[in-house]
Amino acid sequence: MKYKNTVFATAALSLFAGLALAEEMTIVSWGGAYSKSQLKAYHEPYTANTGVTIINDESAGTAVPKLRAMKEAGNLTWDVVDVEAGPAMQLCDEGLAMEIDHDFMLADAPDGTLASVDFGDFIVSECFIPQIVYSYTVGYRNDMVGSTPPTSICAIFDTETYPGKRSLKKGALSNMEWALLCDGVAKADIYPTLETAAGQDQALAKLDTIKDDVIWWSAGADTPQLLADGEVVMGSTFNGRLFALIEEQNQPVSMLWDGQIYDLDGWIIPTGLSPERQARALHYVRFATDTQRLADQSRWISYGPTRASSALLVDKHAELGIDMAPHMPTDPANSKNTFLMNYAFWADYKDDIESKFQAWLAQ
Amino acid sequence: MAIFHQVLRRPVSFVLPMMGLMGGFVGVFFGPTFGSALVGLTLVSTVSVFLAYLIISTQYLSQKVIRLILPVPLAILGLIFLGPISGFFGALYGWFFGWFFYWIYEGGYRAKLHPYLTAGQVLWHYSFRVICGLIFTFLITPILVVMPLSFNAQDFFTFTPEMLRLDPVGYSLKHYQDFFNNGDWQRSFWNSLIIAPFATIISVSLGTLAAIGLSQSHVPAKRAIMAILISPMIVPLIISAMGMFFFYSTMGNFMENTLGLDKNLVGYVKVILAHAVLGIPFVIITVTATLVGFDKSLTRAAANMGAGPVKTFFKVQMPLIMPGVISGGLFAFITSFDEVVVVMFIGSASQKTLPWQMFIGLREQISPTILAVATILVGISVLLLMTLELLRRRSERLRGLSPA
Repeated sequence: MKYKNTVFATAALSLFAGLALAEEMTIVSWGGAYSKSQLKAYHEPYTANTGVTIINDESAGTAVPKLRAMKEAGNLTWDVVDVEAGPAMQLCDEGLAMEIDHDFMLADAPDGTLASVDFGDFIVSECFIPQIVYSYTVGYRNDMVGSTPPTSICAIFDTETYPGKRSLKKGALSNMEWALLCDGVAKADIYPTLETAAGQDQALAKLDTIKDDVIWWSAGADTPQLLADGEVVMGSTFNGRLFALIEEQNQPVSMLWDGQIYDLDGWIIPTGLSPERQARALHYVRFATDTQRLADQSRWISYGPTRASSALLVDKHAELGIDMAPHMPTDPANSKNTFLMNYAFWADYKDDIESKFQAWLAQ
Repeated sequence: MAIFHQVLRRPVSFVLPMMGLMGGFVGVFFGPTFGSALVGLTLVSTVSVFLAYLIISTQYLSQKVIRLILPVPLAILGLIFLGPISGFFGALYGWFFGWFFYWIYEGGYRAKLHPYLTAGQVLWHYSFRVICGLIFTFLITPILVVMPLSFNAQDFFTFTPEMLRLDPVGYSLKHYQDFFNNGDWQRSFWNSLIIAPFATIISVSLGTLAAIGLSQSHVPAKRAIMAILISPMIVPLIISAMGMFFFYSTMGNFMENTLGLDKNLVGYVKVILAHAVLGIPFVIITVTATLVGFDKSLTRAAANMGAGPVKTFFKVQMPLIMPGVISGGLFAFITSFDEVVVVMFIGSASQKTLPWQMFIGLREQISPTILAVATILVGISVLLLMTLELLRRRSERLRGLSPA
């Protein structure tokens, strides 16, 4: 009995000791195919080079409230966080994300171009380290749209030509823009219109016309599942999810690139890390956002790299072997009618419009 | 009784409505296949009545032959009009129809009952069983339906046309492969296997001690203490989780900064302690329940013979309350193994447990790997419970307590 206890105790202790030995860092991201692309392009080579184990925490969807709670409790468990441009600005304003000196902290392009020039306008906040350009796009079932597949984003509001359910994001972002666009507002006037209460009501009134036909999604995986089931005739989601659905899963679905809304995704480093953790986070970010690494990610998922120097290196898909360039949201053929999300607008108006939208949703 | 039961053919006026009822019942269930429940109801009940009438009026073939032949036409009907799966169900229905028809027609339904029961009592006897069966189906179907889906060849929660045709192309083991090869799933699986047993050991030891203490007659304010100890079970989990987050953050910071313990070790300790707190009420309740039947004079007898309290506890009391301790431990284990809210608040990603990973998987990527894991877990739980039950029976038999 004594002997047995000793063995158990030793086993338990060594288990803990083994867990304690490895050097680890926690990286927060979105999960799914997106996390896989980061794993293949960034984490695996980084671990191979440095021996640091990377733990993937897929909590990026709740990054802002969780970082607030962590700061309040003084218990910061995250090292690097993947967020969209809007939340990055918000975290920066609240002092939850550290300011980055892009030229000093990030790698230059291979030809010596400074990082700030290479990223260009994608550096939307001094805390934000750009990673990818993605877009909100719509996919539709080939077998449910009849002989006239949709060519315009306004097909989502056209329930006569395309009867059936459509899935839209359970949030104001993307829906408000599309509603105004299809209500005849000129592209340049959309954000100025949304600033006014009348403009917000106009967008909601347009959405009202299809409210009964909408399934609202909250996770990026919802629309692909609904499309695969044939539960919806069309649905909005991130373009990479639709790429996976069409090219990897071979579902009878097509992309509607018209009216796609560009958004950015990138890293932030939380404030309040111990010096050695912060140094490691910076070391990781410098590695993960260099020209080659950003181009590598596009071999796994159809999101465009944010470095001008990486765009030239976009290659074939690592497993399917198809050319990735035509699947990028930034490809000329796909970007005939697009618009860039106005992050500054959303950083200022998100709370207001979002609560208005949710109230409308609950009616 | 069965031996004396006479084959008494029931009148057509009784048999035909019964067959119609049964057909309608089946038809409603398989209604969606026919287009709507109403169509299914009329269609299947009409076919059933017609078939029953045919069998009764043409008395050429023996029961055996009819019951053998019946599945064939129904299978063909299903096959032609609705497809291969319906053909299979048609055959199944044919088999069931044959059995049910003779059961009604020849009065088989009364064979095993007391002969003096009234028609109403016989009806209730069987309705009761049907109701129980329906409740059972209602409880078990959600668990069973995920099992075939976990073998889906596609990455969606959908029964594909290939799967419905029972085509091997529609099935694959890739989601099981993913579970065993994917680092995230493996890490969370091992985390669960580390956290749950330690939490169980702590809650079983503390819970048993508390239950024994509370069973002593001289303890003051027993009810109040009991209520406090059980409160983690009553307070909504999200509220305890919120409180625990701040409490354990402070504790964790103290352990890391002042005691200089490793960050990861502290993470595990925090989650294990939190889960132990959640498990303790279950142990207290089950052990208290077994202590009710415990004869206190045994401890006095042990003391009389010179055994100290500790020896008495391990040699006399413990073996007798063991069933309560074990089932309490089982509950504590399952609580920790299933827990997702508290661990998401307290744990960092290195302590990601299986339910956490499943939750993320559902939110971010609807992957049937979750279903594969669910199937594996259901399998493990069934095995675990069966082993426990077998062990319990064995010990009862050894102690001569078995009722049978």
